[in-house]
Amino acid sequence: MMRLELVKRSEKSRLMSVLSPVVAVALTVVFAGIVFAAQGHNPLTGIWYFFLEPITSLWGVEQLITKATPLVIIALGLSVCYLSNNWNIGAEGQLTIGAIVGSILPILFPDFVNPVVLPLMLLMAMAGGALFALIPAKLKTVFGTNEILTSLMLVYCSNLFLDWMVRGPWRSPQGYNFPITVDFHEWAVLNAVDVGGIYLNLSAPIALLLVVILAVVMRSTLKGFEIRVLGQSPRAGAFAGFSNRRMTAFAFALSGALAGLAGMMVVMSEIGKLQPVISPGYGFTAIIVAFLGRLNPVGILIAGLVIASSYLGGEAIQTSLQMSSKLATVIQGVLLFFVLAADTLILYKVRLVTGREGEGAHA
Amino acid sequence: MGEGTGDSTGEMLRRVGGDTPLLEVRHVTKRFGSFTANDSVSLKIMPGEIHALLGENGAGKSTLVKIIYGSLQPNSGGIFWKGRPVTVGSPAEARALGVGMVFQHFSLFEAMTVAENIALALPNCRATGELSDTIARVSANYGLPLDPNAHIADLSVGERQRVEIVRCLLQNPELIIMDEPTSVLTPQEADQLFVTLRRLAAEGCAILYISHRLEEVRALCHHATIMRRAKVVAETDPARETVNTLAQLMVGNEITRVVRERGKLGPEAILLKGLTQVSQEAFGVSLKDIDLSVRAGEIVAIAGIAGNGQKELFDALSGEEPLEKEDMVIFAGEAAGLMDINERRLLGAAFVPEERLGHGAVPALKLSENVVLTRHGTGEGIARRGFTRFGKAGRIVETVTSLFDVRKGVLDPEARSLSGGNLQKFVVGREVERTPKILIVAQPTWGVDAGAAAVIRQSLIDLSRKGAAILVISQDLDEIFEIADRIAVISRGHLSKAEDADTLTPEKVGLLMAGGAEKKGAAAA
Repeated sequence: MMRLELVKRSEKSRLMSVLSPVVAVALTVVFAGIVFAAQGHNPLTGIWYFFLEPITSLWGVEQLITKATPLVIIALGLSVCYLSNNWNIGAEGQLTIGAIVGSILPILFPDFVNPVVLPLMLLMAMAGGALFALIPAKLKTVFGTNEILTSLMLVYCSNLFLDWMVRGPWRSPQGYNFPITVDFHEWAVLNAVDVGGIYLNLSAPIALLLVVILAVVMRSTLKGFEIRVLGQSPRAGAFAGFSNRRMTAFAFALSGALAGLAGMMVVMSEIGKLQPVISPGYGFTAIIVAFLGRLNPVGILIAGLVIASSYLGGEAIQTSLQMSSKLATVIQGVLLFFVLAADTLILYKVRLVTGREGEGAHA
Repeated sequence: MGEGTGDSTGEMLRRVGGDTPLLEVRHVTKRFGSFTANDSVSLKIMPGEIHALLGENGAGKSTLVKIIYGSLQPNSGGIFWKGRPVTVGSPAEARALGVGMVFQHFSLFEAMTVAENIALALPNCRATGELSDTIARVSANYGLPLDPNAHIADLSVGERQRVEIVRCLLQNPELIIMDEPTSVLTPQEADQLFVTLRRLAAEGCAILYISHRLEEVRALCHHATIMRRAKVVAETDPARETVNTLAQLMVGNEITRVVRERGKLGPEAILLKGLTQVSQEAFGVSLKDIDLSVRAGEIVAIAGIAGNGQKELFDALSGEEPLEKEDMVIFAGEAAGLMDINERRLLGAAFVPEERLGHGAVPALKLSENVVLTRHGTGEGIARRGFTRFGKAGRIVETVTSLFDVRKGVLDPEARSLSGGNLQKFVVGREVERTPKILIVAQPTWGVDAGAAAVIRQSLIDLSRKGAAILVISQDLDEIFEIADRIAVISRGHLSKAEDADTLTPEKVGLLMAGGAEKKGAAAA
């Protein structure tokens, strides 16, 4: 008789920390192949169209970066939450409220047109997202409510609020009764510039800068240390003089601010106004990005690109193979599943136990 | 009466060499990855025998016990029950054979009654009136008086242990494994336990007794198996050995005895004035009007049974739990009651909590990061302008490692990969290396082997003789009498007056631990 046994390692395996996401991606590709085959397609063709074809063109690369940018920015904030043991699931709502607050300037003050508007909008969006994220944080620290539930439920509140705003008070008078606001003026949008054949706006470099900043903060500052300690061992954190309550507020505010920033930049670059739906679920997908990236800033950058490609892949199989683009969501979910499962390998190693060794003791 | 019969039965059984052992472990080997925890270990337990299993931490005792109790499977070797080869696949199978276990850490639900807790371990899981009667009968029979309807939360630690023992007895075991049963008891409670154990042995029930306390092993056990580094190194009749020879067999070389000379006393460095604090937790203990002073150059120990306010006192002293008035705690002349833990550290105070993993150290962080944990706010430049300097912390790890002989596989391992004794040496050493003016340490050598304990105790004495005021909160009376200059006792949140250690005996302290320390009339206030 043979069986597999998980044997606990005495220390985390550094190799497996790096390899486990790779294992997860590989398993996801295999899974996707099976799905394509089950749908009557050649699995290799499916894998080609889903994973690779989208990035064979410059336009595809541009789309990839555009989609990855908000995912990376939001996931960076979420990683701080998750590392400090605060389970913010409501980034989608913080993104929405951030975008609404930032949009006050171009919508309510359309005559206030100058270069200050753009940074001001971004700052307002960050403040809006942060304040909205502080609601579940305060509920947690004051009343002990479960932040997973409250932050998630607030997503629906914020989405309905946006819906009501664009259909009601903020509906454009020139919009033929469509639920949209007025178009933003020239200083309230992010313009793309040509970078070697790819059109990019300011948001991608901002995301890169945030990756670098967070990497430094986590590696070599006391704040980064505090985040890790409180997440792993609150009691030891208190012994070090760190406050759990303040950390909960900090982590939620930071991730709320980054979600608000990402939401505002999506609106400013891709849409140019508010409408009932401004995000294809970036706030939720960023959760997968954060974990796939091992809650590590550089890992998140890579994971953001991988996940963004699945959005493009979904569109690609829709046009080339006439399959539902919803498959992209399935594959994202399966990827998260494999990531969490593969994480077991970091603390455990798999050992094949042969009948002799396992049963010999009882002979 | 029980004493005499117990001893002679066990001796007699062992002398009758032809009898089959109740339990025999033959050449059992257990490996965890590349690490061998049990290397061809053999052990024989006769019916009615109290058999001691001795060894330092990490010698492989727990692994062996887990194999016998079915929670681990050996890689090779066999277990024989009454001469028959058996497979113990799980604790349930062990119980079916007749092996019971009383754990070192109790597994009881505080909010439930004695009968309910016992019912949980029984096959049909019902707390009936009949069960209560059985509990009352069995407990009275064995001198373990228990009220089946009492809530666990209201019971003393000694009574909780009785619940565990009675629960075990109801399964009619022929072998009972006891893991460090006296570590939480007063001397009087321990004596009572020994009477029960001898009685059980006299009735033919064998007991596998694991303890660090060699004195009680000598008094109680008929036979001892001594393990060192995964192997059985000796078998002996403990009554014929001295504590020193037993310790030598365990450690393998002569233990350096702790040396203590009177130090020169300086000014009062720790002063507690009317320290009062109402506990916020459901089963916490409120601190009641505690007065104490510790002068530079002396060690004051606070004895007491676990759960009498030690944790609350430690948190109040460290600043993890804020106090009402700033002059309730005075460190080095400064009122520190409202300060947080790092402000207190800046006054020259250092703290070592009871729990090594999860409080004193973060398990998954490296040792250097665990240095940053307690020393980032001490003004030593380990954190500067918001940036941490792990290089500096790494050099502290090296110093502590060499001063305290911390044994580790790699240069800077994660805290959880160290053995209990080595991690404790690190956690104490991390604070001592700073040469603090005030050191508050809880259970400095809890669950630590004799070699490491000697190193830690000596370091505390040396630190105090260099002029530090040290407050030790401990349940280990041997330790307290070894290192303390003065001793106070905590009981249900009251602290007795600290008295000169030379004028006290363990029995006297034991009486105070059992409630004599509580101030008369203070309860009314």
